[in-house]
Amino acid sequence: MSQLPTHTVDKPKGRGKKVFNRVLILVILAAIYVWAFAGVEEFEIKETAGQISKAIFDGIIHPDWAFVNEEEGLIFGLIDTLAISILGTFISAILTIPFGFWAASRRDKSGFFVTGLGRFVLSFIRVFPEVVLAIIFIKAVGPGSFAGVLALGLHSIGMLGKLFAEEVEAIDHGPREALIATGANRIQVLVYSVLPQVLPGFISYTLYRFELNVRGASILGIIGAGGIGAPLIFALTSRNWPRVGVILLGIIVLVSAIDLISGYLRKKIV
Amino acid sequence: MSQPPKKTIPKPPTRIKHYLTAAIVLALLVLSYIQTGSSFMDLITNRDQMASLVIDMFPPDWAYFENIIEPMLETIRMAVIGTTFGAIISVPVILLCANNVNRIPWISYPARFVLNLIRTVPELLLAAIFVAIFGLGMIPGIFALTIFSVGIIAKLTYESVEGIDKGPMEAMTAVGANKVQWITFAIIPQAAAYFVSYVLYTFEVNIRAAAILGLVGAGGIGLYYDSNLGFLNYPRVNTLIIATLAVVLIIDFVSNKLREKLL
Repeated sequence: MSQLPTHTVDKPKGRGKKVFNRVLILVILAAIYVWAFAGVEEFEIKETAGQISKAIFDGIIHPDWAFVNEEEGLIFGLIDTLAISILGTFISAILTIPFGFWAASRRDKSGFFVTGLGRFVLSFIRVFPEVVLAIIFIKAVGPGSFAGVLALGLHSIGMLGKLFAEEVEAIDHGPREALIATGANRIQVLVYSVLPQVLPGFISYTLYRFELNVRGASILGIIGAGGIGAPLIFALTSRNWPRVGVILLGIIVLVSAIDLISGYLRKKIV
Repeated sequence: MSQPPKKTIPKPPTRIKHYLTAAIVLALLVLSYIQTGSSFMDLITNRDQMASLVIDMFPPDWAYFENIIEPMLETIRMAVIGTTFGAIISVPVILLCANNVNRIPWISYPARFVLNLIRTVPELLLAAIFVAIFGLGMIPGIFALTIFSVGIIAKLTYESVEGIDKGPMEAMTAVGANKVQWITFAIIPQAAAYFVSYVLYTFEVNIRAAAILGLVGAGGIGLYYDSNLGFLNYPRVNTLIIATLAVVLIIDFVSNKLREKLL
């Protein structure tokens, strides 16, 4: 009787490599964690921690309502915060438009100078924290809300520019080509084919950035650049917890309200 | 012979709404300009001061690099640990918030509300509060970054979880899986890639956040910004800026590459 042919099933290829990769990732992660946790200072909870937490909690439950209507009080601080973010966002939106076109990759003439450099400049701007920018502007124009406006205006360009560039990259080239075919000049092409396509996106992203800037503006006061941050840091350092509580509530209400309004507007636009 | 239908040009749609919007925006801008006491003349008249500030920054104080390596590493450590704890805490929060996992509205809506509240508090403010509780150092920074990370990771992931394919979930229900099996085999395989990608993104954000937490005494490189700017030592400030820039760019690059591979 002839022997039946034996079939051997090959092991699925690439499995060893996959396992090896997984093990490698795990080892790297473990190394990172060992390194990270080894550097943490000893964690000891001070005896006062409990009392202070309780005091903060008490303060948040029983806010210092009298601060709301004071001169230079909560309302004033929140309006100042809002004003800083409105003006800062507007400045950055205007300044970002050329950056957005600069950093967008184009079919015809993308290269180092048109796209690459623009992207690098934008990530360079993004790296500077707004607080550090605010410190630098304070040196230039003095402490106050205007330094905050400039800091937000400059910092926001980094993120907005990236989003604007993506919007420009996504446009439909048909209308542009049609206009060129009818002999429109460059400005007419821009106004009648490019801008109508990118504007809704630009406005929507600007509103989104505005939401972030309201949060940003509420802490700028910590280093003296206007807004609600200044009374907040005073209250924190003087351990006036009821006042911290009322300011915290104020920030939460303001930010939530702006998020709601801006979210509604963005839904309508896009 | 019948009259040819009259051709009328339709009136262009009314533009009052646009004008009104423009007027409101303009009014807001003018009011903001007055409220903040902005003056672009100041900016122009003070341009020499700005220029001299920038000139003072060069050349950077390269010798200072040695002193800031340790706080820089501390900043990265804070971001790593804060992001990790944030990711761990996010998991139950995501399961509570996603309305295709947790079908009980009176739990998922309050959970989302709390999540939104957390996201409204800026990280520097969280750090300032934790510094008051735990004293100066890395610990308050880690706590602040943990809470801040939960806000970002949980929000982004639960929205992705709500968009996953229903098929596997229905299949698991059909074979009689219990809730744990249901989550392990229907949700996690679909959501894991998103989750890891968002954790990496949050890590990038946290590196930037950790770099400034020192301003309120919560450890990391921020403290050095504060002291050097206080002493008007601009070459050193420049060194700090260059070091931060380098670290952020490297971590962004690595994290972006990893995320591209994941999704």
